[in-house]
Amino acid sequence: MASGIRDKVAVIGMGCSKFGERWDAGPDDLMVEAYLEAMGDAGVEPTQLDAAWFSTHVDEFGTGKGGTPLSIALRLPNIAVTRVENFCASGSEAFRGAVYAVAAGAADIALAVGVEKLKDTGYGGLPVANAGTLIPQTAPNGSAPGNFAQLASAYRAKHGVSKEDLKRAIAHVSVKSHANGAKNRKAHLQKAVTEEQVLNAPMIAEPLGLFDCCGVSDGAAAAIVTTPEIARSLGKTDLVTVKALQLSVSNGYESQFNAWDGSYFHTARIAAKKAYREAGIENPRKQISMMEVHDCFSITELVTMEDLFISEEGKGWRDVMDGFYDADGGVPCQIDGGLKCFGHPIGASGLRMLYEMYLQLQGRAGERQLANPVFGMTHNLGGSPSTNVCSVAIVGREGA
Amino acid sequence: MSETRVGLSAWGAYAPRLRLSRKAAAQANAWIAPGLAGKAKGERAMANWDEDALTMAVEAARDALGPDDDRSHVDALYFASSTAPFSDRLNAGVVSAALTLEPATASADVTGSQRAGLTALAQALNAVRAGGSRNALVAAGEHRRARAASTQELDFGDGAAAFVVSGDDLAAEFLGHGAVTADFIDHFRGADAEFDYYWEERWIRDEGIIKLVPPAIKAALQAAGITGDQVTHFCFPCTFAGLAGNVAKACGIAPEVVRDNLAAQMGEAGSAHGLVLLAHALEQAKAGDVIVAAQFGQGAEALVFRVTDKASSRRPARGVTGSLADRKEETNYLKFLFFNGLVDWDKGMRAEKDNKTALTTLYRNSDMILGLVGGRCTETGVVQFPRTRISVAPNKPTVDTQEPYKFAERKAEVLTWSADYLTFAMAPPNHYGTIVFEGGGRIFMDITDVEPGDVDAGLPVKMVFRVKELDERRGFKRYFWKATPDRSRAAKAVAAE
Repeated sequence: MASGIRDKVAVIGMGCSKFGERWDAGPDDLMVEAYLEAMGDAGVEPTQLDAAWFSTHVDEFGTGKGGTPLSIALRLPNIAVTRVENFCASGSEAFRGAVYAVAAGAADIALAVGVEKLKDTGYGGLPVANAGTLIPQTAPNGSAPGNFAQLASAYRAKHGVSKEDLKRAIAHVSVKSHANGAKNRKAHLQKAVTEEQVLNAPMIAEPLGLFDCCGVSDGAAAAIVTTPEIARSLGKTDLVTVKALQLSVSNGYESQFNAWDGSYFHTARIAAKKAYREAGIENPRKQISMMEVHDCFSITELVTMEDLFISEEGKGWRDVMDGFYDADGGVPCQIDGGLKCFGHPIGASGLRMLYEMYLQLQGRAGERQLANPVFGMTHNLGGSPSTNVCSVAIVGREGA
Repeated sequence: MSETRVGLSAWGAYAPRLRLSRKAAAQANAWIAPGLAGKAKGERAMANWDEDALTMAVEAARDALGPDDDRSHVDALYFASSTAPFSDRLNAGVVSAALTLEPATASADVTGSQRAGLTALAQALNAVRAGGSRNALVAAGEHRRARAASTQELDFGDGAAAFVVSGDDLAAEFLGHGAVTADFIDHFRGADAEFDYYWEERWIRDEGIIKLVPPAIKAALQAAGITGDQVTHFCFPCTFAGLAGNVAKACGIAPEVVRDNLAAQMGEAGSAHGLVLLAHALEQAKAGDVIVAAQFGQGAEALVFRVTDKASSRRPARGVTGSLADRKEETNYLKFLFFNGLVDWDKGMRAEKDNKTALTTLYRNSDMILGLVGGRCTETGVVQFPRTRISVAPNKPTVDTQEPYKFAERKAEVLTWSADYLTFAMAPPNHYGTIVFEGGGRIFMDITDVEPGDVDAGLPVKMVFRVKELDERRGFKRYFWKATPDRSRAAKAVAAE
């Protein structure tokens, strides 16, 4: 196996715009907001940046397909800007690019910025996507909730969980994230909700109701990375370093071969195993201090707890009900509110997750600060359960 | 004339599952058309939004051809309809692709009058008798359109029938054919018109049907060497009460052999209806019975058959009888209007997506999209959809080892599903999921003819050929296959428990 990324790169600055219905801002404004915070945090000048990675997914609305939208918005000094896209895992992809450039020695200091301006599309949910010329001729005219909802029907069939029990378990996922989001001034949704509200909400895609689906938000997030040596030369102490970066991409096994049962993410299990090995983690349930996962829908978060080997297979719904993933539980999850409440501007989400892990590891998470976290894990997913890209990143204290 | 015996070796039929309650329709329109109360009895077959003349004809043809997906014996195809979805695109070509007929199959659309179904059958019989074809498939489908609150709306029904015409193994021997051609315009529909325009009923009845149809029937009987009193089943679609009996009488056919025109259960399926009644007669006839099928339309067409002792063993899995038994009453008249494009409704922003079809992509993937043909690896035996150059089998990515593999006739069940209220759908919520097939392979696809509560993991399903999407901007229709509950298998499974 490759030697991996463990402790080779440090995060020295991060920023995140206020997420939400940002009627006041365009994508360039959001990028600047995240960038200025990250630059101020890192204490570096634009001229010190060697390269940038830029992630955005719904490109038709206000950004574009190249690197110039970022370069122009930030007035970067004519450095390399690479635009990356990998569905909802685009933000993690931008981070990977920047980290790998630093690890390779191709850049001393690199920037990653992700942005999405969904509220300019006119849709209440994600806009209808163009899937090319072939797929629409066979695949159903579905939506994101409809695609992910199928995890629930398969999970119930596999584990013999009743409709009512599973509905209550996924309701708790959302109740927990709302409770966390209520403590986050940058989150899109900052109101706690009750289980009853979640259970009685209008149906979006069986069995997912309104509160089982994450918000559609505008926002941007940014990270500045360098080597631990340069970080120290810049006066940084108590470094947050990258422990593992893994990406697993479907090859058609789930959608075309008759083995996958539809109840879990094949790629997530592969990425998680590789990430734990890269980071040197043997018992994730005990060692992972906290995590941000891709809770695009409540059922996604629930099965992800099993895919990341934190919960035993078939037992994730019980852990959820027991509060194991609550802010005061065994492995707090979505401390910042998650996609569910912080919001899900596609291209920014992977970086937003890292932003919370970074703040927590630095003890700067304010009223939602956890006690003494060591390893933070992010899980960022793009596509649908049967065809996806899954990113697992682990960051932590240097030397841990 | 050659002495070669020709006739019908197989038949099938299709009626959509939905049946509009005429009472519900008449009540909804009572405020503006109180006269419809007289027709407020029974129900009419109502195509789902994703069904049309083509899809129904394909389903009838599948019923006729049976579960074996080797159709290489079919060498000619006639598609008959007066409501074919395309004016200039060979509709039979779509039927042929859906049925995975051989490329060398001859094909034709037969259209332009209400007797087109019987005309197509007559042409097929002549072609086989003349040796121009060995096994000809005739498939007629009709998706009838009428203005809201019209009498036609209640009289009409949607449906299809299909026959395999052959020289061997006959269920019914063809005895004779008669035709009359007269430019008698009881109704017409201009090339760009949406609806029919009708002339006065008494004139149609007395000057049209009763004068033009009997000569065709008499000619057919004469060609067959049969007298009217030997006829045991008389099939004649007609919405005028009692008129079929008068036509029969004029031909020396006993009124009691006039067959039920299925008005109460189905309504009249236009140019397909003569074939529907013929299929229905075959399902109930006994060896030696003589069937006359005739239909009116700018003259008339009449065909005479004698049922053989093989007919009883040749009954299709569904047929007219099975189609009529598989029904669901629809009392929501508005749904009928929406499905038939009679209401301009707010489809929402999600319906704005462009359904433009890349014709290049469609042609390149024609067997996959229209025929539901995937691949089977000749080394590992793994089957998959779609067929790809590199096999999907884990740890065995063999290259260029796949041969075509047909999925349409295979048993399947639901692996995952959801009912989606967010996406645009003509019949929300949109049901879809991953369908797994007996023998391997899986397809992420739509599930049709279902309502909330009908679907769960493990539900047995079968494949049906349906309209995938409408491109309203360009007037194009996409077709693909969908899963629908295999209600007979589901019932058997329940009974076995």
